[in-house]
Amino acid sequence: MQEWANQLCESRQFGSKMTDSKYFTTTKKGEIFELKAELNSDKKEKKKEAVKKVIASMTVGKDVSALFPDVVNCMQTDNLELKKLVYLYLMNYAKSQPDMAIMAVNTFVKDCEDPNPLIRALAVRTMGCIRVDKITEYLCEPLRKCLKDEDPYVRKTAAVCVAKLHDINAQLVEDQGFLDTLKDLISDSNPMVVANAVAALSEIAESHPNSNLMDLNPQTINKLLTALNECTEWGQIFILDCLANYTPRDDRESQSICERVTPRLSHANSAVVLSAVKVLMKFMEMLPKDLDYYGTLLKKLAPPLVTLLSAEPELQYVALRNINLIVQRRPEILKHEMKVFFVKYNDPIYVKLEKLDIMIRLASQANIAQVLAELKEYATEVDVDFVRKAVRAIGRCAIKVEQSAERCVSTLLDLIQTKVNYVVQEAIVVIKDIFRKYPNKYESVIATLCENLDSLDEPEARAAMIWIVGEYAERIDNADELLESFLEGFHDESTQVQLQLLTAIVKLFLKKPTETQELVQQVLSLATQDSDNPDLRDRGYIYWRLLSTDPVAAKEVVLAEKPLISEETDLIEPTLLEELICHIGTLASVYHKPPSAFVEGSRGVQHKRLPGSTGLGESLESPDTGSAAGGSDAPPAVIPSQGDLLGDLLNLDLTPPATTGPPPPPTSGMQLGAMDLLGGGLDSLLGGDLGGSSAMGAGFGAAPAASPASFSAPVSGGLDDLFDLGGGVGMPMGAYNPPKTVWLPAMKGKGLEISGTFARRAGIIQMEMTLINKAMSVMTDFAIQFNRNSFGIAPAGPLQVLTPLSPNQTIEVALPLNTVGPVMKMDPLNNLQVAVKNNIDVFYFSCQYPISVLFVEDGKMERQVFLATWKDIPNDNESQFQIKDCHLNSDAASSKLQGSNIFTIAKRTVDGQDMLYQSMKLTNSIWVLAELRVQAGNPTYTISLKCRAPEVSQCVFQTYEAVLKN
Amino acid sequence: NAASVLFLIYVVLAGQVLICRNYKGDVDMAEIDHFMPLLMQHEEEGLVSPVISHGSVHFLWIKHSNLYLVATTNKNSNASLVYSFLYKIVEVFTEYFKELEEESIQDNFVVVYELLDELMDFGFPQTTDSKILQEYITQEGAKLEVAKSKVPTTVTNAVSWRSEGIKYKKNEVFIDVIESINVLVNANGSVMSSDIVGSIKLKTMLSGMPELRLGLNDRVLFALTGRDKGKTVVMEDVKFHQCVRLSRFESDRTISFIPPDGESELMSYRINTHVKPLIWIESVIEKFSHSRVEIMVKAKGQFKKQSVANNVEVRVPVPSDADSPKFKTSTGNAKYVPEKNLVVWTIKSFPGGKEFLMRAHFGLPSVENDEAEGKPPITVKFEIPYFTVSGIQVRYMKIIEKSGYQALPWVRYITQSGDYQLRTNV
Repeated sequence: MQEWANQLCESRQFGSKMTDSKYFTTTKKGEIFELKAELNSDKKEKKKEAVKKVIASMTVGKDVSALFPDVVNCMQTDNLELKKLVYLYLMNYAKSQPDMAIMAVNTFVKDCEDPNPLIRALAVRTMGCIRVDKITEYLCEPLRKCLKDEDPYVRKTAAVCVAKLHDINAQLVEDQGFLDTLKDLISDSNPMVVANAVAALSEIAESHPNSNLMDLNPQTINKLLTALNECTEWGQIFILDCLANYTPRDDRESQSICERVTPRLSHANSAVVLSAVKVLMKFMEMLPKDLDYYGTLLKKLAPPLVTLLSAEPELQYVALRNINLIVQRRPEILKHEMKVFFVKYNDPIYVKLEKLDIMIRLASQANIAQVLAELKEYATEVDVDFVRKAVRAIGRCAIKVEQSAERCVSTLLDLIQTKVNYVVQEAIVVIKDIFRKYPNKYESVIATLCENLDSLDEPEARAAMIWIVGEYAERIDNADELLESFLEGFHDESTQVQLQLLTAIVKLFLKKPTETQELVQQVLSLATQDSDNPDLRDRGYIYWRLLSTDPVAAKEVVLAEKPLISEETDLIEPTLLEELICHIGTLASVYHKPPSAFVEGSRGVQHKRLPGSTGLGESLESPDTGSAAGGSDAPPAVIPSQGDLLGDLLNLDLTPPATTGPPPPPTSGMQLGAMDLLGGGLDSLLGGDLGGSSAMGAGFGAAPAASPASFSAPVSGGLDDLFDLGGGVGMPMGAYNPPKTVWLPAMKGKGLEISGTFARRAGIIQMEMTLINKAMSVMTDFAIQFNRNSFGIAPAGPLQVLTPLSPNQTIEVALPLNTVGPVMKMDPLNNLQVAVKNNIDVFYFSCQYPISVLFVEDGKMERQVFLATWKDIPNDNESQFQIKDCHLNSDAASSKLQGSNIFTIAKRTVDGQDMLYQSMKLTNSIWVLAELRVQAGNPTYTISLKCRAPEVSQCVFQTYEAVLKN
Repeated sequence: NAASVLFLIYVVLAGQVLICRNYKGDVDMAEIDHFMPLLMQHEEEGLVSPVISHGSVHFLWIKHSNLYLVATTNKNSNASLVYSFLYKIVEVFTEYFKELEEESIQDNFVVVYELLDELMDFGFPQTTDSKILQEYITQEGAKLEVAKSKVPTTVTNAVSWRSEGIKYKKNEVFIDVIESINVLVNANGSVMSSDIVGSIKLKTMLSGMPELRLGLNDRVLFALTGRDKGKTVVMEDVKFHQCVRLSRFESDRTISFIPPDGESELMSYRINTHVKPLIWIESVIEKFSHSRVEIMVKAKGQFKKQSVANNVEVRVPVPSDADSPKFKTSTGNAKYVPEKNLVVWTIKSFPGGKEFLMRAHFGLPSVENDEAEGKPPITVKFEIPYFTVSGIQVRYMKIIEKSGYQALPWVRYITQSGDYQLRTNV
């Protein structure tokens, strides 16, 4: 080794070309020793070589933390390169060696006063990256000086350092008045300093959602707009993103900001352009539509958006995801730009799929011919996902542009002729939608569709085909044979197909009762007796009852005319769209999800809203208060996306029109399970008038069985079985989650019943609730709030009840929680007070969560640490409990507990008694240590708990009991 | 806020991390271990996306030769900023090390760390202009200790792209106006879309801090100033280098700037006017399964007789299992490039108004490749010097420097193929 180092020095002296790669030479044992010696060498050059070797080792992932003191010793040098390397080392290892990191403080303080600004800046930049709480207070003075440094390079670095320090110790930063200094820097003479100050303040403001930290007012806005013209491209982005958070006082201010932001649309950097688009899209909301400037602005937005499509593919992708939002919010901007979204052969697949999506949104009568020609071209490509989407797109065009429907259908038929399996299936799915939109118009194609019956192997396509057969049963001679062929493998079909088959056969029966009686008996029996699926059983019983009690009503219900499906599918819900427009350019706009859905700890962060064009106050209200109306143009009505459409379709047959009458009288207990149930009903049906005259309509109201509550009793399992669908689903093995209990009875909730439980799934705490509307009117605008509680539990996002809750409707909601809310000790400790609001009132209730939801995944303590901690905690803090009637052996108990993040660290067996040593850690970093004693043959366990906060012991014991006994 | 952690990963099957820099410390460094497996999984499923998420961590990545540059974040970061920044890193490293690859990173890891430190701070991009960075971060650190011990004032100046004190004996500026034609033609010969993307590139060899003003025959400018002489051009969208004063352009269409030294792209523009495809291709491709493919391609120069297109390449796709090629051309050379499944027909010099022909014949195996193949289009490459298809012209370039030297602008025009695709029936 020594020899190698000598050779190294020699070769350097001879001036041969050497590169850094030599430092990566594989190392041997004892190397650390040698490095240590070299680091302490008197020769500068040798020292530097040694530090380089250390950094190289660090880069390839070796642990060189043992050299910490030796490397820090090299810190005091006037060699800039060496200093940078030492600083780099410090950033990496300071956290693991907090005590030794203090050794570096003096040098930092000294370097912050170095005559060379590069060194001052380097010191202040590195200081902030040393995330050791202990040393932060030593750094305040140097930082304060650097914030006022004469050199802008140092000031701009110090500005960022404030954000770093805030991330480590927010309180310290506030106490030291750094936030005010940072605000002052917004008026700095140097644009780069302004930009970094804005960036730092924005970052800090993110963790203080409700503070008016940025204090944006017309004066600061003016300063920002001035700096915008002079700072780097990145600085421009910081400033634009900050501007986007401002709400102008009126339309005039809004216009003047827009005018000063518009030139940014000509910047070569796509990110600058997108951030400018965000500001403009947002502030445009405030401009009156009849203003000339409004029209001018609309026209100015199109060209830069189009140009973004010539950027690098990843940037194109971000642009396209955003254009997708923009087209939904302001379709007029790009309505003439269809051609630029035509797909090129060499586009990456993610670009192709996005372009396709936008093409459909822009399709109109004016351009439909071109669009269809393109789509047909794409449908003959080879990329399966792309082809499928292209076929779907043809169907969507048919629905959207009526004049093109016929051409779309014939294009789809051409595609079916290709016999490419997935193309055929996709085409059938969309043809079903076309039938829904234009009933009784294109049945001539049914024959062609039926030819392909055998090739359908995807549930969605099978379900679509079955729907078509059922819907047009009277025109398909062998409809019964076709449906019967599906019935053979009924139990192997997916639920979607089973449900559809059930409905289709009932339709067929109502249309052709004479030949199909056996078939309907068969399907009803398959659905109600041989199926474990409550949904299917439920529907089977409803049909059964309907057919047996009032066949005429059955006809009215099952064969009722369906509402036409509307034009646009896949539209983003308007309030979400508004929020996403405010996040243009960010990950949220790429995912089409609000930040709260994927950012941890974005607690109570306001959902951004577009400013309203009328009342400003509205948009400033809390996010819970419904939709703040945006511009005056009504956004198109939203209907569920493709997948849901089918579900919608299926339910359609069942949902009676929302008439509000008296609740149906409970019917007498019928023997629903009996096979002869149909008897009477069938006869009357067969004997009755099959013409379906309107006179029969009277019978409609007398179909009480359609109201689920009234017949639940006789069914095995009752209500729970039928409606508590969410209960047993998706429970990961291991973790015990208590069953739902009623938290808010309907009596107290003005018809709203809430039952729920808490669970920890994949590291996320969830409050899982079932909301049932037992009132007679629709419930909307749900929101939830928690009172302060012992562990700062708070909702991580808004309560997502997207659709209004209709009477008798049940909905399952999972609300993710975090533990960064305000803290107040509760009694009992795990008590949580909750307020739920809807359009009717605000309701309060309290519930208790099992403390195990707070047990984090990394709660396994090191053995040594466990021993030391156990000794360290005073005996007064120990509590003992007994768990009776527990028949698990110690291993089973251990694995069960592990599912709830109670980790067994060690096991000892003494005289036939197993002792398990266990640890768990709460979200607030409180450790609980446990000793569980299990005696073979004795159903009583003894448990001792030790914790620095003994008040949690009672709750922890309850958890043990619940987990072990369930 | 942008990246929390930035990794350069190089790809051997396992995907080892070559170098990384943790800017914010809020994402666990071990998270990167999930990246390559997830990426490969997505690739297998055919659902590649530039964003990959794992739990609460999001990976935003780009690929450069055999390297992946990955930024990770757990916040709602500005995604367009992250991608722009990743591409900027590629640019800076390429200018520093010629090639950005595994070796150049290892050979220069100290400089790489220094650059990463200067390019971004706490997730905020900082100085990313490589010319300026080179003034204080050099590859031969030890030898130039003095030179780099000061912060160039340029770093924090409003003019952050040009240093003071530049000197040339002869003051000149070379202006290249390059127009690329993008065309998409359907199999039935109708032009689906076409546009022109223009670029004005500068090679500036000027002393001091010169003020430049570029005059184009821009229709909007002419309308503003009430001039209507001669041919003008409507630019649909214009993008400028950081150096151009955007607000000035917005108010009176003046392109004024202090140029970066050396080579740079001053501006780019897009023109929507429908242009006749300069080289028109007609093709007949007949595929006789299990036996042969016959290709006939006719290329026609649809531009002025006085002009000549150089280095024309017509690239015609052939099935991947084709063999025994035979060619006949009326001019130029045809070559089979089996690794790309292409016939490349090269014509060195193609005068306007002329028409040439190429025929190719391939055998097909009797046992056919049953993997479905896409329908790649015919693509064309060419350059036509001394001519812009839009008719854009540099009317003047005014150069004013306080020392009052005389400087000469030189202008060159060239039109070339951009994304030039003609779909085929096979």
